[in-house]
Amino acid sequence: MPRTPVYEAVTERLDILAVDGSVDQTLMPDLADEQIVELYRDMVKMRAYDDKALKLQRQGRMGTWPPIKGQEAIQAGVGRAMTKEDWLIPAFREHGLMLLKGIPGHMIYAYWAGDERGSCFPEDVRCFPVAVPVGSQWQHGTGVGLSLKLSGEKAAAVVFGGDGSTSEGDFHEALNCAGVYNVPTVFVIQNNQWAISVPLHRQTAAATLAQKAHAYGIPGVQVDGNDIFAVWSAAVEALDRARRGDGPTLIEAVTYRLGDHTTADDASRYRDDEEVEAWRARDPISRLRLYLDGAGLWNDELESQLAAEVHAWVDEQVQALEAMPPHSPEDLFKYMYAEIPPHLSEQMASLIEEVER
Amino acid sequence: MTTEAVGTDGPGENRLRAVPDSTTEKLTIAQAVRDAMRDEMERNDRVLVLGEDVGVDGGVFRATDGLVERFGHDRVIDTPLAESAIIGMSVGLAATGFRPVAEIQFMGFVYPAINQLFAHAARLRNRTRGRLHVPMVVRMPYGGGIHPPEHHSESYESLFLNTPGIKVVVPSNPYDAKGLLTSAIRDDDPVLFMEPKRIYRAFREPVPSEAYTVPLGQADVARVGADVTLVSWGAMVRVCLDAAEVLGHEGISAEVVDLRTLNPLDRDTLLESVVKTGRAVVVHEAPRTNGFGAEVSAQITEGATLQLMAPVQRVTGFDVIFPLAHNEKLYLPSRERIISAAREALDF
Repeated sequence: MPRTPVYEAVTERLDILAVDGSVDQTLMPDLADEQIVELYRDMVKMRAYDDKALKLQRQGRMGTWPPIKGQEAIQAGVGRAMTKEDWLIPAFREHGLMLLKGIPGHMIYAYWAGDERGSCFPEDVRCFPVAVPVGSQWQHGTGVGLSLKLSGEKAAAVVFGGDGSTSEGDFHEALNCAGVYNVPTVFVIQNNQWAISVPLHRQTAAATLAQKAHAYGIPGVQVDGNDIFAVWSAAVEALDRARRGDGPTLIEAVTYRLGDHTTADDASRYRDDEEVEAWRARDPISRLRLYLDGAGLWNDELESQLAAEVHAWVDEQVQALEAMPPHSPEDLFKYMYAEIPPHLSEQMASLIEEVER
Repeated sequence: MTTEAVGTDGPGENRLRAVPDSTTEKLTIAQAVRDAMRDEMERNDRVLVLGEDVGVDGGVFRATDGLVERFGHDRVIDTPLAESAIIGMSVGLAATGFRPVAEIQFMGFVYPAINQLFAHAARLRNRTRGRLHVPMVVRMPYGGGIHPPEHHSESYESLFLNTPGIKVVVPSNPYDAKGLLTSAIRDDDPVLFMEPKRIYRAFREPVPSEAYTVPLGQADVARVGADVTLVSWGAMVRVCLDAAEVLGHEGISAEVVDLRTLNPLDRDTLLESVVKTGRAVVVHEAPRTNGFGAEVSAQITEGATLQLMAPVQRVTGFDVIFPLAHNEKLYLPSRERIISAAREALDF
């Protein structure tokens, strides 16, 4: 009996914008200068928003916060490629994407400060609340994709997760089902190299995460996640595929978490400064700034204008956060079911009585 | 002991309930379940059915028989063999406008889906302050008595009853099966619908051909009595009715309360019965310790303290792994154990 190869696959990696700000012109996406400047502004805004949350946390005005520093290119690139009709299903390190989706900044702050009202998004914003359990949200990405497909909508579901979440069974079930049903879902892995203290090579023996797509019969691609043009291109390609009805895509965006896992973590316990510094040199924002400088699209004056603008906007978010009215004891009970059942009414009444006593 | 009211023994209110002017068909529970899905799918094109073997095969218990022929593969969706995906996808579908009716083939296989049920389905409304919700039904055959392989006999309702956000419904007869499932599908929150597989096809009863609802959260007095209340749900209701019949021959008038919905619990009907009889026996297949019988007992103790003439008795499964076929009968609450417990309450 012969041995014949029955399946062979190649996984591609996409790099367009180099660390020195130069670009591969053959791969450069069709972006107008204004769009590129907008992406830059988005990333600067995201970083300031993130920095502020860390400061608030240290001052006791914020709960545990998972920083996004270093991962802004993925969030701006995918976020700007999405339309209002697309659904975003975040994990918990997608604040930048959620801002671009139209969620007011003070609401995301509110959630992490301990207020469920932060996840009551505006009616017209197609976004799931953050998913903390790790990996379970991948399945919702497939489900929402199936929903869009069955409804005949020309829209995509875009679901995010980290490298650690690819070890969860739900990741594999979700990709498998997405392949079977050929749903318009884009799966984006923010591979920031570390799942709290566990490095990628302890999550998988595979050379890439993108190659896992092959096992489920769907396209997969790896991109430099700190390269805004590579992220943008991969996102546009995947979203176009989804909207055309040609099915799901897995995007592995290779990046690095420059900060701690959350404000409750101390990354210096498990990783070297050298490694962090090496990635700092690959920062997505300074890289795009070099490109903009070279193209004559930016200068220090614009930078300081932007800084002032962003600073004011962030302050507004903090003010809005801190101006939120207090909760009532009823809030604990009234959103459990469409109607409050008798046993909950009773529990609610007893709490109110206790609080008012 | 019994002093009066033997003469009041008789069928409970549910048996008298019917849809006026509707023709009826004699159906099994499995057929009634299928009809509820069929009628709701006709009525609302956002209702979908998904699960393992629910399509061409019509479900391993034939509870989805004929649906794929009628509604096609976009609405009757055979899934890969992945329970977490069935529920996880249903969360995505439900939160964006569909009403998925998901089937878990056996309750013993629900574990992989529990993260999706507990961490997402049960919480989405609350954690988004009502912005998103999950109108989803999860059907699953539960319980023992059919001599199956391992993991096919479990009753895990207690797991779900300590998880706020999920309604739990258990029909005991074809009429309720159709009416309760119809209500569950129309409900805007996740409903766990436990189907007593032991009696899926054990008997037929007249079921209205038209769609109708049996409201969630309302217990049924399946038999009226005066001396002792037998409280149960699902397949055990039949065993309680049998026990009540035998007790009746001995001059003991037993009332049978079929809870039908375990969350939210109809405390009023339960307490009304126990206040009247002064004695209660709770019967369930699940293990005894921390079984829902403990909660029912606590509710009775809190709500009918002064009327209780004996401690609430529990007739349950044992705190052991559900046995394989040989010892199934030893495990399951029997008519005789229920009769003994009722006598114990009366002799206290």
